[in-house]
Amino acid sequence: MTEATGGIEMEEGVGGKVKKFLYVNRKAPYGTIYALESLEVVLIAAAFDQDVSLAFLDDGVYQIVKGQHTKPIDVKNFSPAYRALEGYDIEKLFVEKESMEARGLKEEDFIVPVKVIGTQEMTDLMQSQDVILSF
Amino acid sequence: MPITVAGKTVETDEEGYLANRTDWSEEIAKEMAKVDNCDLSQNHWEVINFLRQYYDEYQIAPAVRVLTKAIGKKLGPDKGNSKYLYELFPYGPAKQACKYAGLPKPTGCV
Repeated sequence: MTEATGGIEMEEGVGGKVKKFLYVNRKAPYGTIYALESLEVVLIAAAFDQDVSLAFLDDGVYQIVKGQHTKPIDVKNFSPAYRALEGYDIEKLFVEKESMEARGLKEEDFIVPVKVIGTQEMTDLMQSQDVILSF
Repeated sequence: MPITVAGKTVETDEEGYLANRTDWSEEIAKEMAKVDNCDLSQNHWEVINFLRQYYDEYQIAPAVRVLTKAIGKKLGPDKGNSKYLYELFPYGPAKQACKYAGLPKPTGCV
């Protein structure tokens, strides 16, 4: 019995090789379902013990911005859930510097610790992955 | 199936999770447990209250693995293990305890 599978017995070796997964988030948190769906997939897939990273580019950087007030648009503010990622052992969060700066944001504006990287580093990061899921 | 406690009826989804989290009360938790033939002890409440706090902070119900780890951190290794939690909540600690805590079903639970 392993903690990782929540007590469900799993055959040794069935999981195979650990793959590098990158979830790319490019859209604003509200108005479309992409951001929330991406987060849900990340949380569900966390059970599979893969090497997971998240990238925030373009309007996707707004997903993790502090102080989201969603009452007036009558949707749930799900941004606190990004702070739960650490408990799911997902700690590699990257923000593209150019996207962040173009929106007047700084590293301190995010609700979770992130690594800010430039476009070139982001390209390298993407090239080093086994699987990229784009939202 | 709606639940009626002390003359007040609250809505649930088809699996018995509260439709509206703000309807929750300890009495509702007890009533849900009674339906499952489960008598809520101090140990059950510890987990239920933990889940409510977790949801307040993160706006999600944790996966069982995450719950187990977090309980271990807060209440010690005697309680932060699958065996202990499954004994308390035989239908699955995340699923069953979340229901009693008035939370939605944990993300990823089928």
